[in-house]
Parts: sequence; structure tokens; C-alpha cells
Amino acid sequence: MAATVEPVISLRARRPSALGSRLQSARDFARRLWKSPSARLGGFIVLVCFTIAFAVPIVDSDYQALGSSNLRARYAEPDCVVRFVEGVVYDSETKPRIPWSEVACNYPMGADKNGRGIFDRVGHGFAVTLRTSVLAVSIALSIGSVIGMVAGYLSGWVDSVAMRSMDIILAFPALLLAIAIVTIRGPGLTNGMIAVAITQIPIYARLSRSMAISIRNTEYVTAARSLGTHSRAVIWRHVVPNSLAPLIVQATLGLGTAVIETAALGFLGLGQQPPNPELGKMLAEGQQGLLSGKWWMMAFPGAAIIMIVLGFNLLGDGLRDVLDPRLKK
Amino acid sequence: MMTYILRRLLESVPVLLGISVLSFSILHLIPGDPAVGILGDRATPENVERIREQLGLNRPLHVQYVNWMGNILEGDLGRSARGNVSINNELRTRFPATIELALAAMVISMAVGLPMGIIAAINRNTIIDTAVMMFALTGVSIPIFVLGLLMIYVFGVELGWLPFVGRMDINLVRDFEPITGLYTVDAILRGDWAVLEEALRRLALPALTLSTIPTAIIARITRSSMLETLNQDYIRTARAKGLRSNTIVLRHSLRNALLPIVTVIGLQLGALLSGAVLTETIFSWNGVGKWLLDSIIARDYPIVQAMTLLLAAIYIMINLLVDLLYAVIDPRIRYS
Repeated sequence: MAATVEPVISLRARRPSALGSRLQSARDFARRLWKSPSARLGGFIVLVCFTIAFAVPIVDSDYQALGSSNLRARYAEPDCVVRFVEGVVYDSETKPRIPWSEVACNYPMGADKNGRGIFDRVGHGFAVTLRTSVLAVSIALSIGSVIGMVAGYLSGWVDSVAMRSMDIILAFPALLLAIAIVTIRGPGLTNGMIAVAITQIPIYARLSRSMAISIRNTEYVTAARSLGTHSRAVIWRHVVPNSLAPLIVQATLGLGTAVIETAALGFLGLGQQPPNPELGKMLAEGQQGLLSGKWWMMAFPGAAIIMIVLGFNLLGDGLRDVLDPRLKK
Repeated sequence: MMTYILRRLLESVPVLLGISVLSFSILHLIPGDPAVGILGDRATPENVERIREQLGLNRPLHVQYVNWMGNILEGDLGRSARGNVSINNELRTRFPATIELALAAMVISMAVGLPMGIIAAINRNTIIDTAVMMFALTGVSIPIFVLGLLMIYVFGVELGWLPFVGRMDINLVRDFEPITGLYTVDAILRGDWAVLEEALRRLALPALTLSTIPTAIIARITRSSMLETLNQDYIRTARAKGLRSNTIVLRHSLRNALLPIVTVIGLQLGALLSGAVLTETIFSWNGVGKWLLDSIIARDYPIVQAMTLLLAAIYIMINLLVDLLYAVIDPRIRYS
């Protein structure tokens, strides 16, 4: 009967190492994320977007926005696309099909009023829009979460001052504030990015403040403080890791908003300046061609923006369901 | 309740002051002399001096602010830097244009969004639910300016069904004295059906464009709020009593689900102001949003200041009203 006694030592052996448990939870997280169809689709789209944004400037590194004009190709139709549609949709009896080997594909997405290929411009504009939005959200996320965590953890007058200032920023509709900031600083891509970042700071500040307040009152933080740990260390070791999940969800959804706002500023002529491509700017150019039926000038940049925003929104929804079950719809 | 309303009103004062300072400082944060900014680099010194005098730039900063704010509190928004036009007069035609557009968009999004959300909630986890949710997701993912251009191309250019430039055919309203300034309302009040038809035709595309995002958001919140109430015990009781399912859905479930829906509708009304800047620009709709943007491009800073302040103040007031409405709808919430 003595054989049934469990050796005490195995308890130690079974306790997973810190690294092991982290790997385990990462694997759990990935598995749960994979189960969500919207996260899967969104993740795929986002991956494609980032691949395009990274690859285009490398593959086509000698792209010159000015030098690519070709006045002979002004408003050229998207050649191979149109031929393909004609070949499929129209009756090949009345309209003899051109053999595929003879179809030119110089302008797969057509050309704009200066004869610049939309395909190249969408590629580079894509990279610009996405890069600007990611930078804007990174700035907003870092500044906003520092403000929020410090305010929430310290409370008192720091909290009051910080949060009232955030209220004033939030009092403006986001795009209106961005427009006002660009008015002050002058139009341009960098100023547009700063404007988008400022409009998003309060969102992260509020979120991380509420996380900091709830974490501040937990027992392990009281324990750490009674041991004499400095506030900075408590925030860094306890508050930051525990508020990451909701912040990541918010940042993903915020990226979709940032893309819309960056493109909106570009569309209004307050962001990227000509001749450089940016998706919103290209749409404004497309509006001029619309009346004469040049749909391609607007369709491709428009589709690119929708793709990015849809990707981030799908991924954000999926992440929220996994990381933050309380917010589950 | 009274104390709560009073406290909320008092709390909004510092925020309003904050936005007034921010709107005021737009003029002074621009690098360089604002008068030169307005006139351009080649302006003569006399003209620069004239503009400086007109804008009051020669006085100390705090005096300028107090004067500006004092005039606004008296209801005078000032005069434009170009042409010296009274902003109040211009606003009399521009403001109703924006209100008409925003209200039309709100009516559409409520008429479409609410039923969509209810239908999705009743048919939970079916193909209908998925379709509604996919529509809602697409709705929030298509930027207004992409959708607006798409509408113009499809309905305006290709099909040629609807006009897409401006609010009204000038010939129709040559001797049309405005009552409210909203063409649709004025036309009904006067019984002028030709004007009404034209006003509605021109309103259709911009209002539809502006309404997609609120429609999607209202559909989403209605669905999730309805799902919550449909699981409650009193719904089961109602079913057990043998009530018709329409009665259960509309009288028992929807009524209790309304609180978050009303909140979202209110907040969306505020957000429509942002969207109006883009929509009005695309459809050449002469409202406040387009005016703000045109003034930025023309560097007419007094108009920019006044419009920024006006739009932000409206936004805050709407948010405040929503909060107050919250307390009225749900007596369980005890503020103060």
C-alpha cells in the first residue's frame, strides 16, 4: 500500500518554467484566434496589405512620381482588364476576340490625366497611406497609454488635469480636429499624420486609465507597494502587461479609423501633396475623371482603401472576441 | 434630476471654454503674421495693416480673445477676412443646409438600421443574421468619400437617375421666400410640390451616402441590445402567456433594448457633423462643412475660427442631451 504515496518531488518537476508557460499561452491564443472566422479573414487581408506596403517600395525603388508621366497615355483604359471583361461578357461572334497574346498590359489599372499608370500609383499610395496610419496609431498609442496609466495610477490632480484635457480633444469630432490642426501646421503628409495621432490619443488614454485604476486596487499591487516598490516599477511590471489586451484590440480598430482619416485628409487636399501618390489624394483626382466615365481612376484606389479598413475591422473584431471576452457581442 | 441637469451643464462650461480657446488660437498658432497669411506674400504693407486693423491683431492677445468671445456670446460671429461679409448672414442659408442633410441621413439610417437589427436578432445565427452583420461591417469600412464617388458614378453619371450637384435648381426657387431654410420643409409648408420633388431628388444621394455609417452602427447595436433582452425571463413569461411574437418583440423586447440604441443614435448625430464636411464637399452642398473647408483653402481664418467653434459646441451639446435623455428614459438610473 505504501507504493500509492505520490513522491513530493514531482510537484516541482511539473511546474512549468516561465518561458514554457508563455509559449503555452501564446499557442492557446493562436488556437483561439484561428477559430474565429472574422479574425482569420481579417488577419489574411492585413497580412496581404503589409506585404504590399513593404514590397512595393523595395521592388519598385526607383519610382519617380514626376518622371512617370506619359502624355500619350492620358486617361488610358485599363487595357487587359477591359479586354478580359469584353472577352467574357460580350458575344464573341459580333465582337471578335483578340487573342490573349496580342492584348497589351501596359496599364492594368488604366492611367490618370498625366498618363501615369494607376497600378504603380495605387501600389505606392498604398504603402504611403498604410505607413502613415501605422505611425499615427503608434504615436497615439504610446502617448495616450502613458498619459492614461500615469493618470489612473497616481489619481488626484494629475488625473483631473490629464483627463479634462482629453475631454477637450474628444469634444471635437475627430476629422474636424484633424482639419483644424492641419490648418495651423500647414497641409502635408507629416502634419496630417500628427493630426490623426492627436485625435486618437484620448481613446488610448481613457482605456489605459480605466485599466490602471482597476489594477491599482488589486492585492498584488498593494503587496508590491507595501514592499516599497517605486510607482514607475509597479506601472511597468504590473499595469502595462495587464492592460495590453484591450489596448491591442483598440489599436487594431484604431488603425482602420486612421486609414480613413489619413485618406480623408488626402482627399480634401490637406494631406499628401502632388505629385506624390496617396490613396485619398488619388480619389480626389479620380473625382475629376468621373463625369466623363473614367471609373478606373477612382475604383482602384477606392477598393484599396476599403480592403485595408475592412481587414483591420475584421481582425479587430476577432481579436476582441478572443482577448477581451467581456466585450463579446 | 434637476441637480443632475444643472451639474452636467456646469461641467460642460470648462470644456466649452477649452474649445473656444482652441478655436481662437487657430489664428495665432499659424506660423508668421496671419494678415500676411491671408493676403499672400506679395501683399502691400498698407493692405496688411488694414487687415491687421480689421482683425484687431494690434491689440494685446487677451483683449482680442475677450472681444471675440464677447461678440460671440452676443450672437455675432464676426466678419470674413475676404470681402468683409457678415458670417451670421451667410450662416442663415448654410446652417439649414447642413441640418437638412444631417436630419435626412438620420431618418434614413433609423428607418433602415432599426428593422435590420431587429430582424437579425430574431433570426440569430441564420443566414439573414450573417448577411445583416456583413452589411454592417462593410458599412463602417467604406469611407464616405469612396461611397459618395461610387454613388455619383452609378446613379448620377451611368444611370443618370439623380442630380448630384448642389441643393436646388436656382430657377425653381427664384421667388421662394425661406421659412425654415430647409427646402423640403418649406416646400411642404407652401404646398409647392415641384420644389419638394427637386429638393428630395437632390437630397437623395448625399443623404444616402451620409447615412451608411450610422445605419451600420445602429443595426449592430440594435441587434446586440435585442439579443440581450430576448434572453430575459419576462420574455419567456410573455411567450408562455401565448402573446403574439410581434407583440413580444416590439412591446417587450425592443422597448427595453432602446436605451443603448438611443445613446448611439445621439452620438451618431454628432458624428454626422464630421461626415458632413466630406459629403458636402463631394456633392457641392453649400452647408457649414463645405464652407469650413473652402475657408481653410482660402485662408479666411475668421470663418474657420467661427465654424470650428460652432461645430464643436453643437457636438458637445448633442452629447450632453444624450446623457440627459439617458436619465429620462431609464428612471432606474439615479444621478446626483
